[in-house]
Parts: sequence; structure tokens; C-alpha cells
Amino acid sequence: MRLTVSTTVSVAGVTLQLEDRGSGRPLLFLHAGEGLAPERPWLDLLARRCRVIAPWHPGYGTSELPAWLNSVDDLAYLYLDLAAQLDLKDAVLVGACFGGWIAAEMAVRDPRRFGRLALVDPLGIKLGGVHDRDIADMHGMARADYLKLAWANPAKGAVDYTAMAETEIAAQVRGRDAFALFGWKPYMHNPRLKRWLHRIDLPTLLLWGEADGIVTPSYGAGWRDAIPGARLEVIAGAGHFPHWEQPERFVEALGAFVAGNR
Amino acid sequence: MRVWYFSEMAYHPAWEEGLSRGSLRVVLPNRNFDPQVGHGLLNRYLDEFGLCDEVGLDIMVNEHHSTATCLTVSVSMALAILARETRKARLLSLGTPIANRPDPVRVAEEMAWLDVLSGGRLEMGLVKGAPYEIAPANSNPARLMRRYWEAHDLILKAMSTTDGPFNWEGEFFHYRNVNIWPRPLQQPTPPVWMTGLSVETGRMAAERGHVIGTLLSGAIAKPMFDAYRKRAQELGWTAGPDRFAYAAVVGVGETREEGYRRADLAAGYVRTAPVVYEPFTNPPGYNSVGANVAMLKAGPKGGFVVDRHGNPVDHRTATVEQFMAADTVFAGTPDDVYNQIRAFNERIGGFGHLLFFGQGGFLDHKDTVANITLFGREVMPRLRELSPAPGTSATAAAE
Repeated sequence: MRLTVSTTVSVAGVTLQLEDRGSGRPLLFLHAGEGLAPERPWLDLLARRCRVIAPWHPGYGTSELPAWLNSVDDLAYLYLDLAAQLDLKDAVLVGACFGGWIAAEMAVRDPRRFGRLALVDPLGIKLGGVHDRDIADMHGMARADYLKLAWANPAKGAVDYTAMAETEIAAQVRGRDAFALFGWKPYMHNPRLKRWLHRIDLPTLLLWGEADGIVTPSYGAGWRDAIPGARLEVIAGAGHFPHWEQPERFVEALGAFVAGNR
Repeated sequence: MRVWYFSEMAYHPAWEEGLSRGSLRVVLPNRNFDPQVGHGLLNRYLDEFGLCDEVGLDIMVNEHHSTATCLTVSVSMALAILARETRKARLLSLGTPIANRPDPVRVAEEMAWLDVLSGGRLEMGLVKGAPYEIAPANSNPARLMRRYWEAHDLILKAMSTTDGPFNWEGEFFHYRNVNIWPRPLQQPTPPVWMTGLSVETGRMAAERGHVIGTLLSGAIAKPMFDAYRKRAQELGWTAGPDRFAYAAVVGVGETREEGYRRADLAAGYVRTAPVVYEPFTNPPGYNSVGANVAMLKAGPKGGFVVDRHGNPVDHRTATVEQFMAADTVFAGTPDDVYNQIRAFNERIGGFGHLLFFGQGGFLDHKDTVANITLFGREVMPRLRELSPAPGTSATAAAE
């Protein structure tokens, strides 16, 4: 097994912080709007199955957010450039929450570096009508209400900032700002994306937290129906972040998909 | 010193309901607004503004959205009426929340139109807007100030360009033929005002020679004013008091008791303004990373103002005396009020514009008229002597 590495790379002129752990089939993991959280157990568990390459999005962690960079389009091209720069072949492209939206934007553009696509409770498409909120307004509710929607067990999502180092708080605040920059309006989706999902010609797995109230499993069914041949698998005991809340179940399901067993 | 009378045109009949729901803004359903009652209030408030012209006060209006604290939804509309109903008062818009406006050229047009209509009496505030204005506008709070400055530059260019049309293809705004009609009467633009609290804002305003104002925050604003003076000095000019504005609630009466009573009623505005549903109080990107770190590290606490003795003042519950100790309220007899303003003027290093919150909800028409009239008659003449009256062309000072 490779040593745990937190490194920086320069991609398209943007300096990114990157976690690169494990060995074997490369898996490019694009993190959630809340952040990467590599200290949680999911990442090392997953790195026992494959090589996990997980960049911090621009504006998160120590990744640079240049003034010109302001859209999910930019992120999609940035990570396509990263995949080429790392010379990934037959990699698995995985995105969770906001990262799932980026991964889908990549897959409709250029799937050449990838053999499989997994989207974990992704944001990014609009299914319902003008009055329907497919994606909960995470920025329009009290923190406690958000936790109830995002976690099967809300207590697990609570954060005590007063006990946190200021540098760590600053990193989280930067990420929070970047999330708004990329997803404020239209709210956390691209109105045009659903129309082009038929272009995705990779075996696609949708992994969904059974208790996700940010984007529900029925929203996941909408994704499944829009991507040819996609399969939807629900993870029990998990909300919007199954990799954090049920890391063993998450890694079992995703690991099997990476290995091509299902 | 100039004095600008100001009222938010509150809809106080819904305050109790808003307070019980924990938000007077954004999420308080408008069934709590009775249009017939609103009809009476809007007309009453405009009458009170009109009275200022007769007693020698200038006028300031602002705007907020989706709130029971303020019925003014458009500074342009309010000033359009007051431009016709007044003759002498200068008309301050403080201001248009230009980072929340999708069409800055429209802002330039409306401001130019007001300036022409009023015979050059417009003072033009271009403001960032409060954090809870993000939700009603649904504007992106991330990079808000980048958008602010692009809108600002475009508006001033649109107002001062006489050989257009010109092209504007920026980061946020795109036009191919900017050429506003009418153009403003005051050349090259009406005086420009900003609001703020930070040292950075002070520096940015100084670089443009704009008037900088701050609201209700007491001596917390001093570092911003100092930064402005310092930056102006670096750029080779001296910022006089006419570059600085301060807004306070003022209650003046024939007796101290009467002044306090009026101030207490007017201060209802200050107590209700911060009562906002939690997620709309600090949208991501609105405040700096450093400010957010400090807030999160501190955990949930009360108001952001401390009084002259370092005691925190919770705006939601403070008494008149507590507000007075924080320079948020000036109250009492004309002598009292004059002395308090004079003392604050010294503490802050000199300010040339008092923004006079003279109505704030439950202060009724009779009391409001008395407050305005007594201030105009007894306090205003003495304040004129306090510091040199600013010229009417604010931009000239920067040249």
C-alpha cells in the first residue's frame, strides 16, 4: 500500500491540494459541498480497495481559488485536465453531493479517462416544476434543520467551532464561500445538464443515502432514469453523506462497483 | 454639520407577530401587512419627510425588502415624490443596493432622472446592502463586493459619459450601448456616498473621495474614519468632516423625559431590525473569512456593539440609556441632544453629516412632527456651527 500523501499539484494554472492514498485502480473522488473530510474513516477504508485521488476543490482546504474561476463548468474542465495530467486510464470517477454534479458535467463532456462513474447523492439537475424544490435550500434553513435533513443521525453532523483551531475554521469558511460561489443561482444545479445526461456512456452507479433529505432517493430515481443503463443503490442508515455516516457500507458498495462485481 | 432626517417607513403593526416568529424579515408572510393600514402609513411618512423641507433639514431615504421594518422598496420611487414635494432639502439616497441589482444602467438612469427633476439636489448612495437583503434579491453573496465595484464603476461611467454610447463587457455586467438619457444635472455625477464599518471600506471610499457613513454603531466606526483620513492624506488631500456621516436615533423634547420617551419609541426600529431568521443573517461570502472565524470562534452571543465603557449592548433589548452609552441614541432636551452630538463628534474625530433617525415605528405622527420641528428649531442651528457646513459637491473635495 502506498503511503498517505497530501500534496499539491498545479492544474491549468490552479494550485490544488490533493489527497492520494492507496494503490490499484485509480479512483478520482470529487468531494461534497461541505468539504473533503479526509480525517473521517471513509477515505482510508476506500484506499484499501484502490488508489484514491481526492482533490480539494478550489477555495477549499488550501486549494487556490483564482478570480477567474467561478463556475461548475470551470471545475469540470479543471478535473478533466487533472485526469489527463495524472495520465489516468480506466479510472473510476466518483462524486458526492456537489462533487457528483461536477462528475456528471465531466462525464457528458469527455469520458475518455474513465471506465466507470459513481454519483453519491449528487446535486446538479432540475426535475420538478417551477415551485418544486428538488434540492433542499441548505442556505435558507437553520443549522439544526439542515442537520436533520442531511444526516440519518443529526448528532453525527454537529460541529463545535469553538473547539476548533482558527486555521481549520478559516478553511471551512473558505469552503462555505466557494460552495455559494459555484451553486447559488440557479440553486445547486445546471438547468441544462439533465438534457445531456444521455451522453454518459459509462457504467453508472447512483449511491443514495436512504434518509437523505437534501436530495431524496426519488430524486436519485430521476438521475437513474436520465442516464442510460444507470443503477440506483440505496444505503441504509445514511443521509446525504453516506461515505461519512456509513463508511463500511459505502466502501462495500463502491468497492464492489470499482472491482466490477456489480 | 448637515442633518438628514430619515425614517425607514416602518410597518410596526406587524412587529409583534414578527417578534413572536423570530423574524421580521424574509419569512414573515405578507398577510401580516394590511394594505389599508399601509396606505395610511406611507402617506403619513411622506408628509413627515415633507415637513423637513420647511424646518431646514435635509432628507435621507433607504430601502429594504421583504420586511416589516421598512416599507420603502425603492429609493428612487420615494425620492421621486419628495423631489416634487420639497424645494430646498437635499435628497440623499442611502442607498441603492447595487450588488443586488441586475441592471446598474437602470440605476444610473433613475438617479440621473432624479437629479434633473430635483434641480441637482440628489446625493447618491451606492451601498452593499444588509446581509438579509441577499435572500429577497437572491443575489450571490460570494464575491458580492467584486460585483459591487463593477456596478459602481459602470454607474459612475454611465452618468459622467457625454459622448456615448460606450461598451461594457465585464465580469458581471454586459452592455453594448450605454448612453443614458437624461444625464445628471450635477457634473460629473451627484455626490456619491457609501456605508460601511471596516478599515478596508474606509480606504476604498477615500480613494474615490466618496462620503462614508456608518449606522448606529458608535465609536466602532472610528477606525474606518481614521483609515479614510490616512488614505486621503497619502493621496495628497485632507478629508474634512464633510466626508463622514453618522446615523443615530434622536429623540428631542421640551423636557428630558419627553425626549427620552420619543427616543425610546423611535429606538423600536433598532430593536426590531436585527430580528431575522438565522440563515439570512450571515450568508456565505458576505462577511470576510476573518470576521467569520471570529464569529464562529466566539459562538452565539448578543449584539455587535459595545458602549463607551466596553459593555456589550444587545440591540434587541437595550434601554434608551444603554443605547445612549453606545452613541446609538441621542436623547433629551435640545441642550442634552446638542451636547451629546458635540461630545460624539469629538470622540469620533469629527463628522459632517448627522443622519437623524427621527421616527422608528411606534412614535406617532404628532410626536414625530414635534421631534422634527423641535430638532430643526433648537438643535439644527447650533449644529451648523459645530463644524463647517460641507459644500454641496462632495466629489469636488477629491479632486
